[in-house]
Amino acid sequence: MPTIRFEGQDYFCSSDETVLESLERHGVMLPSSCKSGTCQTCLTRALKGQPPSAAQKGLKDTLAAQNYFLACICKPEEDLEIGLASVSPKYSARLIKKDLMNESIVRLRIEVPEDFSYQAGQFINLIRPSDELTRSYSLASISSDSFLELHIKRVPEGRMSTWLFDTVEEGDELSFFGPSGDCFYLPDNPERTLLLVGAGTGLAPLHGILRDALEQGHKGPIHLFHASLAAPGLYLIDELREIAVQFSQFKYTPCVLHGDAPEGGKQGNIVDIPGQVLGSFNGFRVYLCGDPQIVNALRQKAFMAGTSMQDIHSDPFVFAPA
Amino acid sequence: MSSVYEQLGGEAAINAAVDVFYRKVLGDKYVVRFFEGVDMDKQAAKQRAFLTMVTGGPNSYTGKDMREGHRHLIKMGLDDSHFDHILCHLRSTLAELGVAQDLIDTVISVAESTRDDVLDR
Repeated sequence: MPTIRFEGQDYFCSSDETVLESLERHGVMLPSSCKSGTCQTCLTRALKGQPPSAAQKGLKDTLAAQNYFLACICKPEEDLEIGLASVSPKYSARLIKKDLMNESIVRLRIEVPEDFSYQAGQFINLIRPSDELTRSYSLASISSDSFLELHIKRVPEGRMSTWLFDTVEEGDELSFFGPSGDCFYLPDNPERTLLLVGAGTGLAPLHGILRDALEQGHKGPIHLFHASLAAPGLYLIDELREIAVQFSQFKYTPCVLHGDAPEGGKQGNIVDIPGQVLGSFNGFRVYLCGDPQIVNALRQKAFMAGTSMQDIHSDPFVFAPA
Repeated sequence: MSSVYEQLGGEAAINAAVDVFYRKVLGDKYVVRFFEGVDMDKQAAKQRAFLTMVTGGPNSYTGKDMREGHRHLIKMGLDDSHFDHILCHLRSTLAELGVAQDLIDTVISVAESTRDDVLDR
């Protein structure tokens, strides 16, 4: 009889009982609705133990890879420790390097704490120790890098970004928890076309996903469209061009809304450019990061252009007001 | 007798149908305004639940769910004509996936039975 551990308590699960039923019998109510594995309201994560694959039907591959499952159809075969959200310990690590990418974006490189593991493209939640102010930032590094890399956009009057820009120095300790997010590379089909689209610091997770895909031997075409209002807002141009020279399957297109685009780039609305360049997105796996309005519009475009909903991964950045 | 859901090929067939169906709905200018601003992942999950229900697959959908889930759309003007459009997209989705005509008719009649709940009558 498997045991389910939830929020520090152990519950026995009878044979032929689902996780949801077992907890309910013990008076613990998880959010649920259809009770048939369809609506995904009861999405739960196994922190320890492996949920049966039948309990992951219909989930995005990236969620299944992180041991998410549906409690209402999960009949556990082994002991499970479960959590609703992604519960994570707090880490502390030294800032190794801080440099300006352009006038409004700073790059932070942080030591990798021991026992911290992540998938390139996921995000962490940075904490300011003085008042516990917390903000999410995507990881631009890959797990074989000797540092964690973040790209911070200066938000006008933003408390966290102003602190990171003006006060934090190399050598300081930074605290964070995580990682979270389901926007990352999956090596299930190395021939598949990948489409990466992001605006502003939406490049951070995409840069990680791109390098991770190449390191894992992705052979199929990889298209990266990085957008900014105007040319000075683009960054990592030389690094990305360098990768394109080294890997012929990778194509980089810098995009600007206003003014002249850099060489090899496009001028126009980022929501329209990938479709104009590529036509159909049939069979693609798509990653969209950055401004929520752009991400949501692109999500619809990608879907209408032939990408299956299951294959669209997005990470809309919400910029908290000051 | 096995359900249409099983005859179609179960969950995998429904997942394929959701993409085709949802794309038709979003491509229809007459009904697309009811889907603007909604979370596409959640919407796709709801459509999967709907398609599972109308094909007789495992579900616990109730008339109450249908009523409450659409009430805010009635205020936006949802009426029979929009419901007819959705049925039409459902029919052509199933036809495109090669479902036999008698099975399509069965599915449509189940979908039709939700009309009064959806329109809160």
